[in-house]
Amino acid sequence: MAASQIMFILFSAMIVIFSILTVTSRKILRAAVFLLFVLVSTSGLYFLLNYQFLAAVQLTLYAGGIVVLIIFSILLTSHISQNFESSGWKKNIFSALAALAGAILSIVTILDYKFSATTEAAKEVNMKLIGKSLLSVDYDGYVLPFEVISVLLLAAMVAAIVVAKKGAPKTIGLPKLNQE
Amino acid sequence: MNSGIPLQYFLILATVMFFAGVYGFLTRRNLITILMSVELILNSVNINFLAFNRYLFPHKLEGMFFSLFIIAIAASEAAVAIAIIINIYRRFTTINVEDVNEMKF
Repeated sequence: MAASQIMFILFSAMIVIFSILTVTSRKILRAAVFLLFVLVSTSGLYFLLNYQFLAAVQLTLYAGGIVVLIIFSILLTSHISQNFESSGWKKNIFSALAALAGAILSIVTILDYKFSATTEAAKEVNMKLIGKSLLSVDYDGYVLPFEVISVLLLAAMVAAIVVAKKGAPKTIGLPKLNQE
Repeated sequence: MNSGIPLQYFLILATVMFFAGVYGFLTRRNLITILMSVELILNSVNINFLAFNRYLFPHKLEGMFFSLFIIAIAASEAAVAIAIIINIYRRFTTINVEDVNEMKF
């Protein structure tokens, strides 16, 4: 067995186990840490597929940014030791049935379909090519979505600040922040 | 390169991850855990894009850029969602979706 196969089995086992633990864990902080494990193993898969730049982006943005943001908001809004109450066996069973049915349907379809790869030579993905494609207006260029995404990020940042600080001046100086 | 792993394995892995996210989205009641389930779903879609790009169209870069943009959208979505969650927590002192059932009108 080649090294890449062993790494794939390792990463996929980690992804499956930890993503199921993420959605079933009764402690919220543990769920966030399991999500972190899932995202890190996903970036390992990207390294396996030879997309080094995207793996680095995944590590810094997802694992470094979003998970830290989620953990901070958990610390702001819940008690760490608090356990969720179980959400009712009926809801759990029907959700599990829906998810299982969807998963089985998709897997059967995937195994049934014959994928046909192109015969053209693979392109080496290096930093230079990525930068040129992102800012090019040619056929293979992505300058328009790049600009749109930058405007979206700016708008999201402004919106996050505005929404999160709304109503703050009223509560300044009050010992209790949450008054009806 | 990655000759020993069929494309289908990547797709099955992404499917399992996607439906784990769907299960969490349906059963969870805490807003932050719902957000975490959405992140799982987005991440599984990224795996699909990259596997398709590497195995079926290795001479192009569409899948890579698409997942790059998905990551950026997921980041902005998480930022806005967490701002809204903090605002809800201030108003209701809880982020349980079943207790947050009235709107300001």
